[in-house]
Amino acid sequence: MNALRWTFPLAAWVLAPLMLGIINRVKAFFAGRQGPSVWQLYYDLFKLLQKASVYSRSTSTVIRIGPSVVLACMALATTILPWGELQAPVTFVGDIILLAYLLGLARFATVLSALDTGSSFEGMGASREVQFAALAEPSFFLGMLVLVLHFGFSGLSKMVSEISLETWQTSGVLLILVGCSWFILLLTENSRIPVDDPNTHLELTMIHEVMVLDYGGPDLAFILYAASLKMWIFAALVVNLVVPMHSLAPWLQAPIFLLGMVFVMVLVGIVESILARLRLQQIPKVLIGAALLSLIALIVRLMG
Amino acid sequence: MEVFILGCLVPLGLGVFALLIRRSKAAPWIAAIGVWLGCGVAAVPVIQALAGNVPPSLQIAWNMPGGSLTFGLDGLSAFFCLPILLVSPLAALYGCQYLAHEKKPLGMVSFFYNALTASMLLLLAARNGLLFLVIWEVMAISSFFLVIFDDEHAHVRQAGWTYLVASHIGTGALLVLFALFGKQAGSLDFDLMAKTALSPTMAGILFVLAVIGFGTKAGFIPLHVWLPEAHPAAPSHVSALMSGVMIKTGIYGLLRILTMLGHPPAAWEVQLVIIGLVSGILGVAFALAQHDLKRLLAYHSVENIGIIALGIGAGLLGLAWDQPVLTVLGFGGGILHVLNHAVFKSLLFLGAGAVAHSTGTRDIDHLGGLIKSMRWTAVTFVIASAAISGLPPFNGFISEFLIYLAGFSGVRANAPGTVILAIAIGGGLALIGGLAAACFVKAFGVVFLGEPRSSHATGAEEVGAAMRWPMAVLAAACLGIGLLAPAAMKIVLPAVQVVRSVPVRAYEETPYGVTTNALATTATASLMGVVHISTALLLLGAGLYLVRRYLPRGSEETATGTWDCGYARPTARMQYTASSFAQPLTDLFRIFLGTRKHSADPEGFFPARATFETQTPDAAREHLFAPLFRLIDRVLSPVRRMQHGRIHEYLLYIAIVLVLLLIWKAGSR
Repeated sequence: MNALRWTFPLAAWVLAPLMLGIINRVKAFFAGRQGPSVWQLYYDLFKLLQKASVYSRSTSTVIRIGPSVVLACMALATTILPWGELQAPVTFVGDIILLAYLLGLARFATVLSALDTGSSFEGMGASREVQFAALAEPSFFLGMLVLVLHFGFSGLSKMVSEISLETWQTSGVLLILVGCSWFILLLTENSRIPVDDPNTHLELTMIHEVMVLDYGGPDLAFILYAASLKMWIFAALVVNLVVPMHSLAPWLQAPIFLLGMVFVMVLVGIVESILARLRLQQIPKVLIGAALLSLIALIVRLMG
Repeated sequence: MEVFILGCLVPLGLGVFALLIRRSKAAPWIAAIGVWLGCGVAAVPVIQALAGNVPPSLQIAWNMPGGSLTFGLDGLSAFFCLPILLVSPLAALYGCQYLAHEKKPLGMVSFFYNALTASMLLLLAARNGLLFLVIWEVMAISSFFLVIFDDEHAHVRQAGWTYLVASHIGTGALLVLFALFGKQAGSLDFDLMAKTALSPTMAGILFVLAVIGFGTKAGFIPLHVWLPEAHPAAPSHVSALMSGVMIKTGIYGLLRILTMLGHPPAAWEVQLVIIGLVSGILGVAFALAQHDLKRLLAYHSVENIGIIALGIGAGLLGLAWDQPVLTVLGFGGGILHVLNHAVFKSLLFLGAGAVAHSTGTRDIDHLGGLIKSMRWTAVTFVIASAAISGLPPFNGFISEFLIYLAGFSGVRANAPGTVILAIAIGGGLALIGGLAAACFVKAFGVVFLGEPRSSHATGAEEVGAAMRWPMAVLAAACLGIGLLAPAAMKIVLPAVQVVRSVPVRAYEETPYGVTTNALATTATASLMGVVHISTALLLLGAGLYLVRRYLPRGSEETATGTWDCGYARPTARMQYTASSFAQPLTDLFRIFLGTRKHSADPEGFFPARATFETQTPDAAREHLFAPLFRLIDRVLSPVRRMQHGRIHEYLLYIAIVLVLLLIWKAGSR
């Protein structure tokens, strides 16, 4: 049983790059293009790992250590996430707080590495990243508080394993509100449209991509892989929240979960294809809106 | 107990000796030896008390009406001694080298430093209201003289004056507090005061007075005005001691008074949670807008005091609504944050001092690239930055985690009031954490990373060993407390137990008087989980780095310029500055910050020069205290006519007052 629990992190480590491939295929489909293979990121990672690195003369040790810290944070964050009713390898009361702060540490390392280059573009991206992160943090915690109110305060694994069809009948509106709020969070934290455009070519408008301009070789591989893990983490949170795993047969849970993940990726791809990127000044409003969704869910729960 | 008092007297004695040889270069070293010896001696009873071996209290005869020289050391006092015992000796050692280039005699500053250390230790042991106030005043005065060390500068004298006034407003509130409480209790001994039954109104008044009096020292908004003035003005090792340790005596006083006020009504925790949220969020917002490194750190003290207030608020919440888990987690988190903040904030001030010492400026926007010349300072500063941002695996995360746990457990309470406050604690802490991380990314990134922005930064050199080692020890403590979290929880519990004795009378029949440790088991289990992940994080991070180095071409490096969109001649002045980095966030808070912008825009086709400048003065000082003091000045200025310097008329005043007193005394017979 204990060994089985590790299947979730293992699946995340192996399959995460595939998810970004799916998004790109969906976007290509909407654009009427053939698009890259879904395995493209794997090829890229493999190629990058064999390369040597180029560093700016302005940089110090920070940028050399940064990618390892980021990847370590993401890899460990996956060990807190459950897989339906199958508990995560690490679970304790309040593990979700640690999850949020591991992501915070990863951001801290990314942003400092960006500032290490002394580039004003990267400084700009770093500044935006910390601003949006500070605004995104409360909606994550407010959403979490809704779950705590509903299922009692325990480990993440235990809380999400209790979501069943009955939960949907009695308090579906809560799950929808928090689900929407966290989906916006997913788009923000993973630098997707409408908050940020991963494919833009203008450094002035970028957030996440501009911070990793000066990476190359294995460092870039670490950063890309960590980004795909981060996408997996947020998607897994949304899927765990929305799919009533408790009502499914145990053998069905893992396949349904993976299907849910693919579905979220398709959704991200669709959102990217049909929405334009927002102006930077508008993004705080979106984030505060996301926090309000969670707050409304809280109020609904308190009134009910 | 006698050992503890001896430990307090040793630094005082050697401080006096340093005062006698005040022109000698050895004076600060001798005083520092006093601090080391004294803290070493005092550590013995403190550790014993934390291990559950509370020494009997000591009473010495004192012919002062209402006063008695009573000293005691319980779990709460002992825990609050820890930051002093850790930070004071390290900062003293640092100070010896920091001040070595001064031309002034150093005996005075060394003496007051020792007096401050000794008075803080004695304050924690004082068990009588009058004694407490006397030591409180000694502490305020000695820290005042430390703040005005550089008294040849007008702004330093101004800062000292602000500190003195603010400090005495606080002391004034405390005088009223102890006078009222003493009248009710018939004694100023803490033991007797704790046994007094107070009416709810009286308890409420005393609580508000305590919040004002102790809150001024601790730095609750809007009573925080002295912090951003005094901390930058003082020498850095003094700022470290004041900001890291001294302001916590305010928190101690508040907790001590709470143990005497009986069962807390719901209104108190509402007050503390609101104070915590306001101080936390506005503290970090003001910090974001600062350009002066030490002023930025001072505002972060306000923010962290806010977090501590949130913890104490959560604890009171648990008491008021009968949620023992919440009580232990809230008080535990708040009190542990006192120690944690002492460690990383003093480290940050020592780091800022090292930067100022080596570059001659504290203006963040003139620095940059220091990590290459000041490796030790940079590494310790980044550790402290991560710790103060509450990031694992460092100590700041542990205490914030406990307060989060308190907030999350409070959500399940049946009372709607508790739930709303618990939500406010959880959401507020998340926002504060995010903003603090943003601010410290700015501080570390702009000061230490990138390219030097001015000649100040180009010529920087690493500081000497006596300044480096204290920083290294504190950085190790940041990581150590983070990795030994369950043990830290264990030493917090005796302190929590003292505070929890608040409701003993109200809850005598309930069975959980002895279950503090059982209540802490969930927390300990969670902390074990945190420690496992933190350890794994360190190992995995190091492992990944090694793997990355040993990849086929992993250690091959080519050096080039930073990518700037093909721009060929980047200069250091093109870098993002602290102001531009923080601008999106400070814009969000512009209603509160009132940042003033002065700019001369570029004009014409070949603009010669353009300037841009922002200033963020303290809102409470500008809009609350300045008008208030102007009003007081206007109202009282007629009275000034009585004070004209003619001595014979002063004698007349004395005579009139004496006659009036005689008449009053005779009349009341």
